[in-house]
Amino acid sequence: MNVLIFLVPLALSLGLAGLAAFLWSLCSGQYDDMDGAALRILTDDDLRD
Amino acid sequence: MAEASDLSLFVSRGASGTAHMTLAVDGVGCASCIRKIEGGLKKLPGIIDARLNFTNRRLAVEWSEGELDAAAVIAAVERIGYKAQPFEPARAEADEARHARWLLKCLAVAGFAAMNIMLLSVSVWSGTDMTPATRDFFHWLSALIALPTAVYAGRPFFQSAWKAIRGGSLNMDVPISLGVTLALILSVVETALHAEHAYFDSAVMLLFFLLCGRYLDQAMRRKTRAVAANLAALKADFAHRLEDNGELVRLPVGALRPGDRLLVRPGDRIPADGSVISGTSEIDESLVTGETARRRVGAGTAVYAGAMNFSGALTLRVIAADGGTLIDEVERLLQKAIEQKSQTVRLADRVSRYYAPFVHATAALTAIGWLLAGASVHDALVTAITVLIITCPCALALAIPTVQVVASGALFRSGLILNAGDAIERLAEVDIVIFDKTGTLTWPEPRVEKAAAIAPDMLETAARLALSSHHPLAAVLAREARVQSPYADAIEEPGRGVRVVIAGSEARLGAGEFCDIAPTEAGREDGLSTIAFSHAGRQAVLEFRQKLRPDAAAVVSGLKQLGLDVRILSGDRAGAVGPVAAALGVESFAAAMRPDEKIKAIETLKVAGRQVLMVGDGINDAPALAAAHVSISPISAADITQAQADAVFLGDQLLPVLEALRAARAARRLMRENLLLAVIYNTVAVPVAIAGLVTPLIAAAAMSGSSTLVTLNALRANRRSLRRETRA
Repeated sequence: MNVLIFLVPLALSLGLAGLAAFLWSLCSGQYDDMDGAALRILTDDDLRD
Repeated sequence: MAEASDLSLFVSRGASGTAHMTLAVDGVGCASCIRKIEGGLKKLPGIIDARLNFTNRRLAVEWSEGELDAAAVIAAVERIGYKAQPFEPARAEADEARHARWLLKCLAVAGFAAMNIMLLSVSVWSGTDMTPATRDFFHWLSALIALPTAVYAGRPFFQSAWKAIRGGSLNMDVPISLGVTLALILSVVETALHAEHAYFDSAVMLLFFLLCGRYLDQAMRRKTRAVAANLAALKADFAHRLEDNGELVRLPVGALRPGDRLLVRPGDRIPADGSVISGTSEIDESLVTGETARRRVGAGTAVYAGAMNFSGALTLRVIAADGGTLIDEVERLLQKAIEQKSQTVRLADRVSRYYAPFVHATAALTAIGWLLAGASVHDALVTAITVLIITCPCALALAIPTVQVVASGALFRSGLILNAGDAIERLAEVDIVIFDKTGTLTWPEPRVEKAAAIAPDMLETAARLALSSHHPLAAVLAREARVQSPYADAIEEPGRGVRVVIAGSEARLGAGEFCDIAPTEAGREDGLSTIAFSHAGRQAVLEFRQKLRPDAAAVVSGLKQLGLDVRILSGDRAGAVGPVAAALGVESFAAAMRPDEKIKAIETLKVAGRQVLMVGDGINDAPALAAAHVSISPISAADITQAQADAVFLGDQLLPVLEALRAARAARRLMRENLLLAVIYNTVAVPVAIAGLVTPLIAAAAMSGSSTLVTLNALRANRRSLRRETRA
């Protein structure tokens, strides 16, 4: 059962990393305009022609 | 006269010479709109950033001050092809956005914790060869995750429960908070005693499910509120203020102060209550009093916000309410009606009022029962607490909000915006519907009558010519035009009409004598207005009349089919109300009702035990809306009236009123079904818990099972009732 000593903290830290990523995306306003984000991907302003 | 705009009310200044403004934008519907608006604005010199939020149709613009001003930004958006109005987000909306974000954070934390604890719990449940030491280790790990999570993610419930207890009442959050807290304390104690069972998973999962419900409820309400606020901003009126130096400044109505001098042109709505200083005109006060005949006003007359100025320019002085005017009367009645309105207890709270004492008593009796049966104090307490955990009103707390979220979403799509959270429940109880006439059963403005009798090419010419006029009737006529571009060199003669030369002959639109047409043989019939038109030797008289909404009769008969009593209470003359009531098949109507008489009529019905739905739009309806059990107003209603209404419907049709009632009844049925499901779940689970047979596995399965069942049942509010009826 010694493997738990590595695996449990590993699983928890992965979960925490996910949580931190979500909270970061929430605080940086990525959920303020869900519909707009879906449409913005369609424009290709970033391409140089 | 030069005209400047003063929009400083809406502009917020940044630190380094930047200015910021939020605009509500109309007509945004596709991906290219985003690029057109943002790209078009960014090309302007001085614009730092422009970002369109597609979800709530708002545009945030930032520019460096000095290079541009707010009016230029709006003009630019309008040049790109969209109507935009500056927008001042209400304080309440900002608070709600913060609250939503907070709930989402709590939800995320609870979700993370639930997943990880479940991972540990499933191993404990299935690990038959697990040593007690490993099990203890897993339990302590669960505690490590669950305790901080409950402190963080449980706050919405703990705070609400605390508030209720301090106010001397019980709400659904009291048993929830108690259940979660006791489950955690019990689990920690059991873990310390190396016991086999701990309930960390149940406690955290409970929080997660409930937060899901809370968040969805809040998100739906926030969305409808944002749309309502945008609509309000887009129809917001501007006033023209005369400065002391004779300059004319265009400014939002919100910035007006008593004592300001205003110029109101023909075709403008009167922006504030005031008294006329100079000028004479006819005004249409149908939005104020429901009266459709126009009133002549001159120097010294009092006029009310919301009236439409028809014929001449007026200068008025804004007055503060000083008693005695109609508006004061309405305000006074409104205050009284709001004070008298009994606070309806929401279904969920009504249920929890019985539920919480019942649950707590059952738990206490369980403990006493086991003690009497000779169990140890520890065992008796553990069993009592598992009773509390299993009866934690998870399904019950989701049963009603989920239906409300789904039903209000469906209503939103069919054009009805709910202002009040419990409007659906109250709509379902209605047994009598009272309509105002003008602007509610009829369209808010007159429409062209017998348009078919006029040659199509003449109508088209007249309608295009009307685009160049400021007259309110011309604005109605202009809607008939297929080509929405005005003639380039049309000339408007104020008070008389518009003229333009087309293909060598002059076309004239306006008063009879302006077009050389003798006063019509029809004479001056009640409620009928006319515009004359002449072009190339041909003449026509266009008639305008207040018309019923096309589906009004169908809606009234639909309401009667639902078993509802339908009545009309109007401020208009009996001669105008009678024919409408006859056309709609409404037997009971009253005309020439003053606001206090409308209230009295509603109070009489309430005393007789009737639940009244009031549908109205005028300022004179506002107190009646507040006095009624539940109220709806059209989006064209006066602001003060809309603020009182529990729901607002959009568009030209009256159908949303009928749909609202149908959907509310369907929703109530679903709420009851859901409550029944929750009760069945508890009747099955409670005896098992009292018998002391509930393991954490059973608790977790029962809890998520009942929550899922209730949520799935709520989703039926979306499909069945509404889709079928909107198609019908």
